Amino acid sequence: MAKEFKTLLTEIKLPYELAYGATWTRFFEGMKEKKIYGTKCSRCGRILVPARTFCPRCFVDTDEWVEVSPQGTVLTWSYANYRYFGMPMDPPFISALIKLDGADVGFLHIVAGFDLDDFDVVRQTVKTGMRVKAVWEDERKGHIMDIRHFEPL
Amino acid sequence: MANRVAIVAVSQNAGAESKDNFYDQAYRVVKDALDKAGMSREEIHTVVSASSDIFHGGISCANAYYWESSAAFLKPGSRQDGESLFALAYAAMRIMTGKHDTALVVGLCKGSENPENDTCTHMFTDPFYQREVGLNETVAAALQMRLYMERFGVAHEQCAKVAVKNLGNALRNPYAHKKGIYTIDAVLDSKRVIDPLTAMQIAPKSEGIIALVLASENKAKKLTDKPVWLKGYSSSLDTFNFGDRDLLNGQLKNAASRAYKMAGITNPRKEVDLAEITEPYAFQELLWCEDLGFCDPGGGGKLIDSGATQRDGALPVNASGGVLANNPYVSRGLQRAVEAFLQIRGEAGEHQVGKKVKTALAHGTHGFAGQCHAVAILGS
Repeated sequence: MAKEFKTLLTEIKLPYELAYGATWTRFFEGMKEKKIYGTKCSRCGRILVPARTFCPRCFVDTDEWVEVSPQGTVLTWSYANYRYFGMPMDPPFISALIKLDGADVGFLHIVAGFDLDDFDVVRQTVKTGMRVKAVWEDERKGHIMDIRHFEPL
Repeated sequence: MANRVAIVAVSQNAGAESKDNFYDQAYRVVKDALDKAGMSREEIHTVVSASSDIFHGGISCANAYYWESSAAFLKPGSRQDGESLFALAYAAMRIMTGKHDTALVVGLCKGSENPENDTCTHMFTDPFYQREVGLNETVAAALQMRLYMERFGVAHEQCAKVAVKNLGNALRNPYAHKKGIYTIDAVLDSKRVIDPLTAMQIAPKSEGIIALVLASENKAKKLTDKPVWLKGYSSSLDTFNFGDRDLLNGQLKNAASRAYKMAGITNPRKEVDLAEITEPYAFQELLWCEDLGFCDPGGGGKLIDSGATQRDGALPVNASGGVLANNPYVSRGLQRAVEAFLQIRGEAGEHQVGKKVKTALAHGTHGFAGQCHAVAILGS
């Protein structure tokens, strides 16, 4: 970090406490029971995952809770092998948008469960359109990472 | 447009690290813009700044801190966050009310002082869900890129060509941060940061303080014999939840069609002489060119192969080097407007294109994989 001119190294660290609200509370509590919930838009009929109170497109309340499958299809993926300050997980990891069976939108999560260090293995293993399933943590906290990752079916 | 608004003077600083502090550096750029317009601080009626609280500067209430540097002391002004081209539109609207003859737009970003871009954009995600699964601007772009290449058969080499072109163009731009002559292989063989993106296909973290002086029609004609008119503008925002969006059918088409309509443009391929677009990731220039109507859907790869978007091509795109050469995250959209202005005036120096530029397009994007787009049409 040392530069050739006089600098001030400063940091901002602030605690916030954010309310989940009723809909997201129910969604994340569902994760504890290994259930992935969506809500259905009363107008366009799309099942939105994670569950939403309202459909952002139609701007009307969702009116039905739907449990979607822990299995789905990879829509697109990327292989991250770099670091940045504040990164929430250690590289390498695979980010993927997954269309869970029964949902109408992509579900962003990670794909793992095989040797991630060798990119050639990754490239042979991971394909757009591949089928994956959720692997759950043994101890679940009502958090998005209660799904440890998705692995190939 | 009724109540026409012109840009009469601009200034910017170089993208590479400066040992000057932000406060003084902003003052120098703003002062330079006023000097070029031949105006004193007192002649500026209103100020709109584009800055970012905390993440891209480390200081909350960034507008208050830079108010003095922005010549805004005692003036009716406000700050805009998000895509910086919005600030251009807000300032123009203030003039269009008829209450102000002049306005100053200031974009503020000193990237060299900031954490990595991805550290900042990671914090743009919601903390309940998308932050925890590692989303940031670069992850989003990599997901979009694979979809783009696979759905339209665009080759990785065609994406890399954007970096070759733009970093080459930047050799002629004294303000550019990254520049050089590279081969397609060099771009593809650079570090595999996040496949399918390699390091050279990702924009740097640059400094960029941008100032534009705007004036009403009457005032502009007194200030300059080469006013550059704001002929059209629009923006469009997609939904926040990343998985809800069709990443290849985003909001740029909406923003562009509305801006074209306002400017009276029916055939952008023929009527836009030059474009400066925001391509923080190389392939995005191809996708955005499609959405701007410069080629057919899926035709971005062929467009760059044709040479049309080269500096000496039929429709030069990013003759300045674009955002791959200079990426002041907060002010990069406004920098595109500055470059469009310079090209229309014939004042772009060594990177001035050979063709006559009467109408130029400036594009900005903010958020992940083009969640938010803004398009400004400028003309002589």
